[in-house]
Amino acid sequence: MHKNQKASYDRREFLRGSAAIAGTTVAGVLLPTGQVFGQQAKLKVGLMLPYTGTYTQLGIAITNGFKLAVEERGGKLGGREIEYFTVDDESNPAKAPENVSKLVQRDKVDVVIGTVHSGVVMGMAKVLKESGTIWINPNGGAGAMTGAACAPNFFRTSFSNWQSTHALGKVLKAKGIKTAVFITHKYAAGEEMMEGFKEGFEKEGGKLVKELYLPFPQVEFQALLTEIASIKPEAVVCFFAGGAAIKFLKDYQAAGLKGKIPLFGSGFLTDGVLDAVGDAAEGVETTLHYADGLDTKKDKAFRLAYAKTFKLQPDVYAVQGYDAGQLLAAGLDAVKGNIGDKAGVIKAMEAAKIDSPRGPWTLSKSHNPVQDMYLRKVVGKENKVQGVAWKALADPARGCKA
Amino acid sequence: MDFAFFLIQLLNGLQYGLLLFLVASGLTLIFGIMGIINLAHGSFYMVGAYLAWSLSAMTGSLTAAILLAIPLTVILGMGLERLLFRHLYQRDHLYQVLLTYGLILVFEELRSMIWGDDVHGVAVPELLNASIPLTDNLSYPVYRLAISGVCLLLAAALYFLIQKTRLGMMIRAGASNRDMVQSLGIDIKLIYTLVFALGIALAAFAGMINSPLSSVFPNMGSQVLIICFVVVVIGGIGSVKGAMAASLMIGLAETFGQVLVPEVAGTIVYVLMAIVLVWRPEGLFGKG
Repeated sequence: MHKNQKASYDRREFLRGSAAIAGTTVAGVLLPTGQVFGQQAKLKVGLMLPYTGTYTQLGIAITNGFKLAVEERGGKLGGREIEYFTVDDESNPAKAPENVSKLVQRDKVDVVIGTVHSGVVMGMAKVLKESGTIWINPNGGAGAMTGAACAPNFFRTSFSNWQSTHALGKVLKAKGIKTAVFITHKYAAGEEMMEGFKEGFEKEGGKLVKELYLPFPQVEFQALLTEIASIKPEAVVCFFAGGAAIKFLKDYQAAGLKGKIPLFGSGFLTDGVLDAVGDAAEGVETTLHYADGLDTKKDKAFRLAYAKTFKLQPDVYAVQGYDAGQLLAAGLDAVKGNIGDKAGVIKAMEAAKIDSPRGPWTLSKSHNPVQDMYLRKVVGKENKVQGVAWKALADPARGCKA
Repeated sequence: MDFAFFLIQLLNGLQYGLLLFLVASGLTLIFGIMGIINLAHGSFYMVGAYLAWSLSAMTGSLTAAILLAIPLTVILGMGLERLLFRHLYQRDHLYQVLLTYGLILVFEELRSMIWGDDVHGVAVPELLNASIPLTDNLSYPVYRLAISGVCLLLAAALYFLIQKTRLGMMIRAGASNRDMVQSLGIDIKLIYTLVFALGIALAAFAGMINSPLSSVFPNMGSQVLIICFVVVVIGGIGSVKGAMAASLMIGLAETFGQVLVPEVAGTIVYVLMAIVLVWRPEGLFGKG
């Protein structure tokens, strides 16, 4: 398509793509016996992710994505082989400090990768702020991690909750919508997403007429749907995920609201649930930093390599894990694998331009991705990209002084 | 809130209450009447929902799936009673708590091995897949009303079984003095097996019939477990009437709580339980 101006870029992409496939095949065969005696000891990477419970699939996708990024580089980062240490965080915030301490103190890892659940993320933050271990968070969107609790060794390759709904204000304005109701569970992620939307919408002159909260993890929506029908807003914006998202989408349709009041949401509403909801999600529009049908070389190569290696289709979580690997590679390449030069690693990671399947992104001052937010629309079983809702959206990182 | 919407919310509350009764009915029988603490109630609810999902995918019909799944859950209940629960009737409640907590873990793991960790939706039966318009932009799904009907039938049947039949009399007698009933020549072992299996089947049936509304997902059982115990405790242990009254009270309190005092909606049910227990420690219809 862009043959003339981008020939070298294309070739590099192509090579990287094929290397990924070749690399993973080779790695798969050789790894068990593939002891190579280099000059440096192995780099210790601690994976603290959910491998049991509701978020198991997310933990696996992130792990796969990370390992794919490493395998594409010949199984090495900054010239060093990787030794993995794994801890199942069970998505249990109460155990977070203990679990992350296992990696930091017992295994003495050089880098910590984790995790999905925002509550666990905040539990990890306390320990990792003290230890100063380099930490890359491949999912949990708690604003505080790159906000009030930010630190030089904290990095995130996913999103902040605020980011995932902020661009919706612009989207609604473009459609001429002036009033909206926001509905979500009453817990930190829901409230942060509500704030992100409210700020974006009011900046565009819109009015958030009502915030509706449901106690977490209840899923009896009937009373609040009735409330929405009586308020008659021009749009409903929401955040639910997993089982709650499925039920909400179905109930919204069953209550007859679908088609009468358009539904919008944070992209997590319609990710990984489309098989289960049937046609109840059709036409729902969401914003997220990833989408189906991006149709870029990088995304295609990534999807192909991921599918071939793991016999699974990648999702947004796999992309976030993959980018955690890419970000770490950028840091370690700059210091030739010498993780002891922590300042050098951090500096290189801060300056990195990540060539992600989601599109290129950089880090903000507080180490959260500055990234394009896509507007997606549910068409059949896909979150089809409709365009970029907000180019290079940065989290405001309120309260970050590091 | 104008009057029309007040009436709709009233309907929401009653309908939710009936749904709660359905979900708690199995526990009413096993905990309320037999006096066995069954923390795995939610797991049987989950098993029912997953059976409904997988069998309706196989047969193409939720009705057929339910008809196939009910005998399976009765067999499961009888098997568990013979193998495990039978040995714990005479022991302290703590043993039952430990056993049934263990069962929760076992069933979650089995669910993960057999059916995986994905969320699934179950289609509403074609015949009931309609909505009744209430206002210009709100309508009421027929399936919800149908469930309410099933709940009322079930409540009546349970009440009749426990209070009016000979079998019910034996169950009640057995719950208060097992040895005496046995020495009167009644096969109390068999009765307990049957009633226990019925309780398990009821929990599973609730999961099945509710699956199109709730969808099917890991850990779905733990969500209903606590509210079920609240229903039985508020209603008074041993009373079907009480469980029904408590379900409706909770349904209405939750519905209006969410709309009128959203800040504290999460605690309303527990405040309600605390008030009832202070006022009547034996529950609304308990025997004290």
